[in-house]
Amino acid sequence: MTWEPVIGLEIHIHLKTRTKMFCRCEVAYFEPENTRTCPVCLAFPGSLPVPNAKAVEWTIKLGLALDCQIAEHAVFHRKNYFYPDNPKGYQISQYDEPLCVNGRLALPGPQGDVEIGIVRAHLEEDAAKNVHVGGAEGRIGGATATLVDFNRAGTPLVEIVTQPDLRSADQARRFLQLLRQTVVELGISDAEMQKGSLRFDVNVSVRPHGSDELRTRTELKNLNSFAFAAKAIQREVERQVGVYESGGEIEQETLHFDPGAESAPPLRSKEEAQDYRYFPEPDLVPVEPPRELVERVRTELPESPAARIRRLADGLDHDLAEDLVTSARDRLYERVPGDRRAVANVLMNQFAASGVDPDAVDPEELGKLIEARSRIPREKLTEALAASGDPGFSAERYLGDGLVADTAELEPIVERILAANPGQVEAYRGGKEGLLGFFVGQVMKETQGKADPRVVNELIREKLS
Amino acid sequence: MIDTLRMTAEEAMGLIERREVSAAELHRAYVDAIGERDSELHAYLRTVDEPEGEGVPIAFKDLISTRGVETTAGSKTLSGYVPVYDATVASRCRAAGMPLIGKTNMDEFAMGSSTENSAFGPTRNPWDPERVPGGSSGGSAAAVAAGLAPWALGSDTGGSVKQPASLCGIVGLRPTYGTVSRYGIVAFASSLDQIGPMTKTVRDNALLYRVLAGRDPEDTTTVELPQPVEIPEREDLRGIRVGVPRELNGAEGIEPGVKEVVQRTIELCRELGAEVGETSLPRSVDYGMPCYYLIAPAEASSNLARYDGVRYGLRVNGSNLRQMYEKTRDAGFGDEPKRRIMLGTYALSAGYYEAYYGQAQKVRTVIADEHAAAFENFDVLVSPTSPTVAFKLGEKAENPLAMYLSDVLTIPSNLAGLPGLSIPCGLSEGLPVGFQLIGPQFSENTLFHVGHALEQAIGFDFVPGRLR
Repeated sequence: MTWEPVIGLEIHIHLKTRTKMFCRCEVAYFEPENTRTCPVCLAFPGSLPVPNAKAVEWTIKLGLALDCQIAEHAVFHRKNYFYPDNPKGYQISQYDEPLCVNGRLALPGPQGDVEIGIVRAHLEEDAAKNVHVGGAEGRIGGATATLVDFNRAGTPLVEIVTQPDLRSADQARRFLQLLRQTVVELGISDAEMQKGSLRFDVNVSVRPHGSDELRTRTELKNLNSFAFAAKAIQREVERQVGVYESGGEIEQETLHFDPGAESAPPLRSKEEAQDYRYFPEPDLVPVEPPRELVERVRTELPESPAARIRRLADGLDHDLAEDLVTSARDRLYERVPGDRRAVANVLMNQFAASGVDPDAVDPEELGKLIEARSRIPREKLTEALAASGDPGFSAERYLGDGLVADTAELEPIVERILAANPGQVEAYRGGKEGLLGFFVGQVMKETQGKADPRVVNELIREKLS
Repeated sequence: MIDTLRMTAEEAMGLIERREVSAAELHRAYVDAIGERDSELHAYLRTVDEPEGEGVPIAFKDLISTRGVETTAGSKTLSGYVPVYDATVASRCRAAGMPLIGKTNMDEFAMGSSTENSAFGPTRNPWDPERVPGGSSGGSAAAVAAGLAPWALGSDTGGSVKQPASLCGIVGLRPTYGTVSRYGIVAFASSLDQIGPMTKTVRDNALLYRVLAGRDPEDTTTVELPQPVEIPEREDLRGIRVGVPRELNGAEGIEPGVKEVVQRTIELCRELGAEVGETSLPRSVDYGMPCYYLIAPAEASSNLARYDGVRYGLRVNGSNLRQMYEKTRDAGFGDEPKRRIMLGTYALSAGYYEAYYGQAQKVRTVIADEHAAAFENFDVLVSPTSPTVAFKLGEKAENPLAMYLSDVLTIPSNLAGLPGLSIPCGLSEGLPVGFQLIGPQFSENTLFHVGHALEQAIGFDFVPGRLR
């Protein structure tokens, strides 16, 4: 029997509004503890929430980008539970009447689009941050005290829930990348995992191929990167298949990963059915977005990353097209002249490694560099790419000038290198052709990178043949 | 010599305007009166030594957050809690130049009808110190009745302004839900809580309501008043249609003495030119109580979750988090909040929500519709405010259900979000009887008009007999 993974995601993103969801405290990430607080986000007696209109508008914007229906009447509910990071004893969230429902995100793939259903996208407030002290850094085990930092309390948070429509770990990773890019381009979140402004949980189950049943799922929490999520999902899928094939049953449980140690096995916990006693938040009136607002926001939607992937994939490898778009380098790609594949490859490799902001680059100049890249020594190219975002950058000074292509000048150097390495020369002649790179490297070193690598290559081959 | 027992807030205002007394002298007079009479009554939990403002002073129920002044809501859990911010009603009073005299006693978290549920001891009724002042705003009611404040603010969830006003022989308004900000009011049941003025006269009440009412951006459930507040002057009721709901006037447990005084007042309406007719609220009275005792505790169970010992107020340490929560909340809350937290938690629990909280919300709509139907034919509905006059301390303290029935006549219109005014209309067994006037939403001006006309005709002496 072959097995099919069934994967659903629950994604939380912080909206990058200036102020919090229900008060006017500044949203801040790296400020001293408890300096962005007020009676509302500390839940002092008598304080009341006032919804952030921008956050509501941005949630609608996200909903529209995910092809959701925007509710004409949405309600905030109270989700009741006790925890020190939950100052009111309830979180203001949404329950059965969220702002956005029934959407989809088309995930472009080499075999065409796959549609991933969006169950809902709703608006809520984030909790505070518990800081455990006295034990291992940040861990609750062994800690002697827990302190609470309320700077994060009340940060606007959108929760996006997908249908269990994803069918592989890799597809889940690609969906996350595309969703992240969509959110970033809407300008509503910076969606950075390191900052905690994007977090997600994964539900995983498997079923026999061809079946449409939904088997017991497990929930994967605290995954700290998309790549790691893909690995963890893959491992969990294989574990579940193993359990079924040896006649076992999957238990509903949560796997808590250790964000500090990817290789550590996840902690398992039974899923306790918590009763959150949801009820409509009586301190707030229902949200009824005016139709004009929704229509205005709709007209403001930028071209979606998915559409651009499809467009680029027309003349390019699908994976490369996807990488360009989800790394936000596709707009630069479209403006850089030259061989499409070469431009894409350089952008996703050497250029990506340079860490230069694509928006700062003069595409014409970058195009010249890429065109001439085989004639530029590796170090020189790296240097050039690193400088490509500088104001007034010109490719000119990296293009060949100072590059020694003169055989008469290079020949003595090549001979000297070969003479100095008789053992390698013998090995090369004995068939270890990989040593060619070694010789070229030595020459480049000798000439401080000024030799034209193509000429050096030819010379060495010639000498050793 | 300022006679705080007799002087109305409007008269005090006149004295200040004419510069016959200074705000400081006025304040002093009330502080002296408190020194003289409050050791017996215990209307105040604390007084303010250094008043700010050049106007007529005021007392606040102790659930109104006052910056720099301890605010306990009558609970041990908030003992020592000093707010860092002012409730909107406090800032509005401050802006109107009204100095704070002090914070008045109340049933813990406004849960009760006698002020016996205060963690800091009961308040006594100025008409008879063996009796309760009503509740939960009993401290404010007693303070105004005993001349310890020219006026005061109370809060009303199921009847906590109207009922103590009735039992202490003063005027109390529960405004239309949404006309007075709840920002800074220690919450009991958010969808029902309203701050209301407690005064000696209807005109005083309108004057104070004018200071309080209006939209507050900090409370999104508030609205702008459709018309400005009018200070009543007319002394006749011509053109007013007065409805007498059978169920509110014939409810079980209304004392005969109360019924008689109320009946006389209804006659008086007719004499003043009103059209009086009988009407019916068939389900509001029977279902009001059970509906209220699902909705209010449900919201309270959530509103009181924040008293966990983490950020402010009482904390009792434990060997782990759960223990800290349990010990803190066990020590911090009295019996009545505990009872309501349990009731409310149950009503919201999975599997019970639809049958209890969900059903109660539907009943609430039915009650609102019934009232709306009655107001197609009437401008105001009238009844006793409380089925009884002030009862003795301890008489109902051990029987929560008997205590809950004190609010049976105020609860239905509260559930419908409607305004209600209680004015004193006479005595029964030497104790004040309150007359409840209920109007449609935003009809405060009508209530003030009718209340003022009746007040003038009745000529009730609001100074408690034993203090005259």
